[in-house]
Amino acid sequence: MRYSEHARSVAAKAAGIAVLLAGFLLAAKLCLGATAKSGQIPSIFNPESTPADSIFRLSLLVLSVTAVIFVIVFSLLAYSVLKYRRRLGDNGREPPQVYGSNQVELAWTVIPVLIVFILFLATARVIESVQNAPEPPGAINVTAVGHQFWWEFRYPDLGVVTANELHVPVSDASNPSPTFLTLLSADTDHSFWVPRLAGKTDLIPNHPNHMWIDPHQTGLYLGQCAQYCGTQHAKMLLRVYVDSREQFDKWAAAEKQPASSNDATEQGRRIFQTTACVNCHAISGTAAVGRFGPDLTHLMSRDTIASGAAPNTPENLRAWIQDPDHLKPGSLMPAMQLDDRDLDAVTAYLETLR
Amino acid sequence: MSSETIALGALDGGARPISERLHDWVVTVDHKKLGILYLLYALLFLVIGGIEATMMRIQLIVPHNSFVSPQVFNRLFTMHGTTMIFFVAMPLVFGFGTYLIPLMIGTRDMAFPRLNAMSFWLTAFGGLLLYFSFLGGSGLYGAGNAPDVGWFAYAPLTARAFSPGHSSDFWTLALLVSGIGSIGAAVNFVTTILCLRCPGMTLARMPLLAWLNLVMGGLVILAVSPLTAAQLMLLIDRYLGGHFFDTQAGGSAVLWMHFFWVFGHPEVYVLVIPAFAFASEIIPVFSRKPIFGYPVMVGATVAIGFISLSVWAHHMFTVGMDSAGNTFFVLSTMIIAVPTGIKIFNWLGTMWGGKIQFTAPMMFCVAFLFQFLIAGLTGIMLGAAPFNWQLSASYFVIAHFHYVIVGGIIFTIFGAFYYWLPKMSGRMYNQTLAKWHFWLFFIGFHLTFDFMHIPGILGMPRRIYTYEPGRGWEIWNLIVTIGTLVQGAGVLVFVSNLIWTFWKGEPAGNDPWDAWTLEWSTTSPPPDYNFAVIPVVESRRPLWDIKHPEDPDWKYE
Repeated sequence: MRYSEHARSVAAKAAGIAVLLAGFLLAAKLCLGATAKSGQIPSIFNPESTPADSIFRLSLLVLSVTAVIFVIVFSLLAYSVLKYRRRLGDNGREPPQVYGSNQVELAWTVIPVLIVFILFLATARVIESVQNAPEPPGAINVTAVGHQFWWEFRYPDLGVVTANELHVPVSDASNPSPTFLTLLSADTDHSFWVPRLAGKTDLIPNHPNHMWIDPHQTGLYLGQCAQYCGTQHAKMLLRVYVDSREQFDKWAAAEKQPASSNDATEQGRRIFQTTACVNCHAISGTAAVGRFGPDLTHLMSRDTIASGAAPNTPENLRAWIQDPDHLKPGSLMPAMQLDDRDLDAVTAYLETLR
Repeated sequence: MSSETIALGALDGGARPISERLHDWVVTVDHKKLGILYLLYALLFLVIGGIEATMMRIQLIVPHNSFVSPQVFNRLFTMHGTTMIFFVAMPLVFGFGTYLIPLMIGTRDMAFPRLNAMSFWLTAFGGLLLYFSFLGGSGLYGAGNAPDVGWFAYAPLTARAFSPGHSSDFWTLALLVSGIGSIGAAVNFVTTILCLRCPGMTLARMPLLAWLNLVMGGLVILAVSPLTAAQLMLLIDRYLGGHFFDTQAGGSAVLWMHFFWVFGHPEVYVLVIPAFAFASEIIPVFSRKPIFGYPVMVGATVAIGFISLSVWAHHMFTVGMDSAGNTFFVLSTMIIAVPTGIKIFNWLGTMWGGKIQFTAPMMFCVAFLFQFLIAGLTGIMLGAAPFNWQLSASYFVIAHFHYVIVGGIIFTIFGAFYYWLPKMSGRMYNQTLAKWHFWLFFIGFHLTFDFMHIPGILGMPRRIYTYEPGRGWEIWNLIVTIGTLVQGAGVLVFVSNLIWTFWKGEPAGNDPWDAWTLEWSTTSPPPDYNFAVIPVVESRRPLWDIKHPEDPDWKYE
């Protein structure tokens, strides 16, 4: 029977759509539920800084407007599909031929224009408030330099240089201390994206960019490079540590110190200083001043190595020096071809860089 | 108006040896054969691009997977994107346009038949050149020397410092060659539509498909030319010491972005306007009503064509434009929602009060309406620049544009295949297989692309060969990968249906859908000369006038 077939297929379709909508709701619930439990999910709907929060609030407006449009248009579509399908026992005559209607056309032109106008104004306001925010006197300045495939962070006012793990102070309303970033690139395009703190901004060679964050809560915020930059784009991970003001000052003071030296690891230090390591890495207070790779002066103050690809443990560090490609294939650090004894010595030396 | 044909000896091709018949296909300048060649060629690349997508999804099924290496993954996504846009979607819309335009405007061939053949073969050889790259380097297993710079190949990744060897050259040359083919095809479309319409067919009586392809042709000429220029500039950088995009010598990475997206955004409309065209032919026939608001549909299309030339930098909201630039591109981007909305409402108006027949082409078009609505709404989200700072370059964007390209364009193209296959082959497809195809592809599509929005919201960037566990991304990636496999099964059913139709299909007759445009007035498949007598038309639906002499359209238009 044609009719029952149609009815069945329409019913199946309606059921499918219902399942999809239920899936969406479930997904939304999981997203929000999960973010409430754990800060390790970098959800854009769980903002913890003014730029991310302004975006979140704009997104709620956009989502509600689009949801209303969806419900209206989808209902019209569903109604036409159900109501105007050809019925069983159709007389075979053509339906009334309607060619159009100027009034209706005018209505569905003017109403969308008004909606667009409202959305545009709301959007323009947020653009202005995020992009043209003035820099207050207490702000921290950081220069972030994107490299294949790691992050260099320089604090020009504090004399601190570090890599991959950005430390910033928490900013509260009574005593705002936002962090203003200048974004540069040493090679290809990259993008700085920590979803809970701000939208992304690209790091483009010959094209300095700017962005700012003012995290309201201490803690660790995860992100990663969001513009394809080469083989190991995927493991150009980004960690932002939001410290209390005291913690941050303590951290900055420690980072400013030259590297500690320890006679017990003298052999490792000598190997490091006399091999190609120094061409790329800097350790302040020593002859190593390379800038192609991360600054290692306080390597042990970082939780991860290889731009977040692995936890900073002695075993991982040793494995990384032995063969970087094993941990992060395509990384630009060469395997140094050290024998086991030298490898142990260099690892032991690096372990002292606190 | 003529529905009879003259029997000619040349039509009796079955008796000749296969080598001669193949030779015919190679040297042909007949728009119908070239159209079919475009389509077959695009289907071949659809399968290849689909295999690349499936491999990427298998790699991403769990975090820290090692199904392919990072190098291979980067080549896969570059080849997948380049293939699907330039060697699947473009040839598909060109193929249908080349086949249908002369038939629908009542003429015997395109304006420039030899240019038509040249355009096809340039496109075809462009694709072959791109895939030659697989033979270099470490061979097929390591995806050879295939380009790995992403399908929009941002500078300076393409500079010799970052892309030694020839992988980027394959990419550049392939697009240069096929781009010239596209421009040739577009010139041909525009000229044919403007100059070769049959007597009585004023611009206001053209089928919407012809109107929309006219706009599409204009956009191709305006959009593909800058891309071709940019490819030449890139070659000058790489081989003649130029510094257009070479940032290490003071060149500009942002300049490349402008060049690419001045092409890239109109390109979306180059692909979607023909999809609108298919929907605008199929929906009226299976609703048994004329298209609602024909003049408004034409106006909206032309408006979309113009506005689409002024929105390109919405792909660049994160590159650090100033607030005035960002604000301008928010406005131009959101405005385009108005004519697009008008089109959706007019399709709904066409179905309203009709007697809708749920044949396979109509099912694909209804799904298109549903999916294109969602794609448009996520487009508004992405058009709000601050929201875009979060969503761009994430999996949300991937989900959005696949919603446009698969949910919008590919769905209507499947609809177009089922609608015009009886005309092209003379045989009716298998309706059961077509329904299986629809439901598998529909379910697979939604499993894949509905759930793909979510990891983007949770901070997952695109183009990563692996991801960290514990960020809430695992379950979504698993579902997306399963959906990809279901879609793949749908495509296999489609391909088997095509083969089935070719060998076993029932004869379809001249006019299986009781349709109203001129292609249905000639035989299936049409003879070499299309029409024994050039038709004369008096309205937009000439076959309606013939079938309903008591109530012809020309009285009301």
